[in-house]
Amino acid sequence: MPKRVLLGLLLACGLTAPTLAQEPKTGGVVNAVIQPEPPGLMLALVQNGPTQMVSGNIFEGLLRYSPKLEPQPELAESWSVSEDAKTYTFKLRKGVTWHDGKPFTAADVLFSVEMLKQTHARARNNLAQVDKVEAPDDYTVVFTLKQPFGPFLGIFEVGSMPMVPKHLYEGTDFKTNPYNNAPVGTGPFMFREWQKGSYIRLVKNPNYHEKGKPYLDEIYWQIIPDAAARSVAYETGKVDVLPGGSVENFDVPRLSKLKDTCVTGAGWEFFSPLAWLWLNNRQGPLADKRVRQAIMFAIDRDFAKDVIWNGLGKVATGPSASTIKYYTDDVPKYAYDPAKAKALLKEAGYKGEKIRLLPLAYGETWQRWGEAVKQNLMDVGINIETIATDVAGGNQKIGDWDYDIAFTYLYQYGDPALGVGRNYVSSAIAKGQVFNNVEGYSNPEIDKLFADGAIATPDSKRKEIYEKAQKILVEDVPVAWMLELQFPTIMRCKVKNLITTGIGVNDGFKDAWLDK
Amino acid sequence: MKQFWKSMLKSPSGVIGLVILVLAISVAVFGPMLFPNSPWRMVQRPFLPPFTLSTVPLGTDALGRDVFAGMIFGARVSLLVGLVSTLVALIVGMPIGAVAGYFGGRVDDALMRFTEFFQTIPSFALAIVLVAILQPSIYSIVTSIALVSWPPVARLVRGEVLSLRTREYVQAAVVTGQSHTWIILREILPNALSPVIVLASLMVATAILLESSLSFLGLGDPNLISWGYMVGAGRTVIRQAWWITVFPGVAILISVLGLNLIGEGLNDALNPRLSREGR
Repeated sequence: MPKRVLLGLLLACGLTAPTLAQEPKTGGVVNAVIQPEPPGLMLALVQNGPTQMVSGNIFEGLLRYSPKLEPQPELAESWSVSEDAKTYTFKLRKGVTWHDGKPFTAADVLFSVEMLKQTHARARNNLAQVDKVEAPDDYTVVFTLKQPFGPFLGIFEVGSMPMVPKHLYEGTDFKTNPYNNAPVGTGPFMFREWQKGSYIRLVKNPNYHEKGKPYLDEIYWQIIPDAAARSVAYETGKVDVLPGGSVENFDVPRLSKLKDTCVTGAGWEFFSPLAWLWLNNRQGPLADKRVRQAIMFAIDRDFAKDVIWNGLGKVATGPSASTIKYYTDDVPKYAYDPAKAKALLKEAGYKGEKIRLLPLAYGETWQRWGEAVKQNLMDVGINIETIATDVAGGNQKIGDWDYDIAFTYLYQYGDPALGVGRNYVSSAIAKGQVFNNVEGYSNPEIDKLFADGAIATPDSKRKEIYEKAQKILVEDVPVAWMLELQFPTIMRCKVKNLITTGIGVNDGFKDAWLDK
Repeated sequence: MKQFWKSMLKSPSGVIGLVILVLAISVAVFGPMLFPNSPWRMVQRPFLPPFTLSTVPLGTDALGRDVFAGMIFGARVSLLVGLVSTLVALIVGMPIGAVAGYFGGRVDDALMRFTEFFQTIPSFALAIVLVAILQPSIYSIVTSIALVSWPPVARLVRGEVLSLRTREYVQAAVVTGQSHTWIILREILPNALSPVIVLASLMVATAILLESSLSFLGLGDPNLISWGYMVGAGRTVIRQAWWITVFPGVAILISVLGLNLIGEGLNDALNPRLSREGR
């Protein structure tokens, strides 16, 4: 009985929610900030954040992802998985055309897969388990895997696997193709012009395959290099949307209080940026697990969240962000406890050796965070020396393992096999590169768990494996997890429905409309 | 000496400057004793306005750090950088100027071209580049400020030496067979010293400004708090919290003003013939 009541409630919610929402209005122009100016707009070649934010509206993937990271139809209208979890069949939407009028078919999918394997490092990695891709007819694509790969349905997001027009790219040099400068996709908006250093203009695709969408006529992505000027541009009404990270955090409360302004932290569930301190496990006091645990106890992460990030985000509990599959908070806890940190340091025999701290040179917020963490660590008796560097210099030091503690944040891509494991398995220790296992943590048990987890079936088995891995990692503290970051999107309240998916603004203008 | 102090104390600007300098130095020396805590420590809630709590009289910054404590500790860094870098600049600039002026000819040409090489590069740009290359730290900051500020010293000393070396007492020393070193050190430099002292007092002020500008741009020593750093860190929140930038800014203003006043006072005291009374 209770079960049925619950089901009824759920149904009621599901049914009433859409009717409560306003009817979308068509027309209007939206000005949004893009920061920094993207290096290019061809998503298959360039994967920087700003590229995706603009091009996510020009290109499309086979699937979209809800904020809960459930796959939703985009270019594929349905999909099925075989019994042995090795064959994935996608049925493509019919009547989809490229911006130049040519039809989108299964041949484009096959071509995109081949092209991305050459041009897109992460896609290549994601497709490593794919044995073959076939198109039995124009609207069906079949992926056959070498072995079951749990997160496979998570790799079809537009930034990870954008669909590329075969008729424009086949047989050309991908890097110099003229369409890189005027990209042609299937998405709701078409590229119109790019005034370098000023703005990028997209216009409505009148032949978009979802009838009635998009609602907006045009999008202007304004390029404004100075953070203070971006805030002012919003205040003066020059722009209506400030995507996450485009203004400094301390400006967020002030801008949020402006009239007719809406703020949301949603729309980053797929990326789930997680900030941590890389701890060099190889040398000195940090080689001792107890010192690393002391660092976790010594840092006031609630303070960082409340003061430095203005209350946005969430204190991290371990290697997975809470929005990632198989996340568990049933792990050892590290609340702010300086006394415990001191005791652990004493036990480990730490004698005040100098420890170098590299803050992240991404602007004010990160600078202040570095200062606060340094003070926290000094307070428990850790002798910290801050090393000032720029972004490139910092990356080089970290890649060369020439650091003790270093700030960073990484995207997680929805599944531990796609975004988490790469930072802890010993096969990802590669000198000279950043964003892998630069801390030098090596634990055969963890290696095995991540290897098994990627290919285990069914889901419950994967869950068990990853929960175990999280417990071991949190106990060992290979890195000091800080916060699940939230990059708040600030916009005028008249911009509706901008953030509907797990990647938010990055593919959001499809559903957005202006309430005039 | 007595005469010097007498005329120094007679000039009002000199007195005001001296008072400011003595105050600033005593704050830098003794202040940190009154504040045992690090100025980086988060002590109160962030953005606390000034004059609301007696424990943090000048309010707190974006992280809740005591602005007053920051100013006290900042005085130490600012004055130390100003004095040390000026001293280094004098140690580099005076011998070069003296040798160039005394020997003249090719030596003079070579040394002055070398000096001009430094003078043609905008000093602040050069300082930024040097600090960026050497990685920001108190040592690289002092080094770069000294490196960009010695050329005027060399030029000034050279000019003084040029005019002094034709004086009779110098020629007398040459005739009696004194060594060049002896003549430069004992006969010429002491008499060339007064304009150098005046210049040095102004150089300290310039050095403080340079250090503040570097820190403002984020090129300060990340482990030391300084006035310029405080202004730079508070700049972006000036609309929410004016006090974070205004107080350290005023501190820079007052100490630079004080040093300039001292320079004027020194000028009056050391060059009585040029002083206003004489005119």
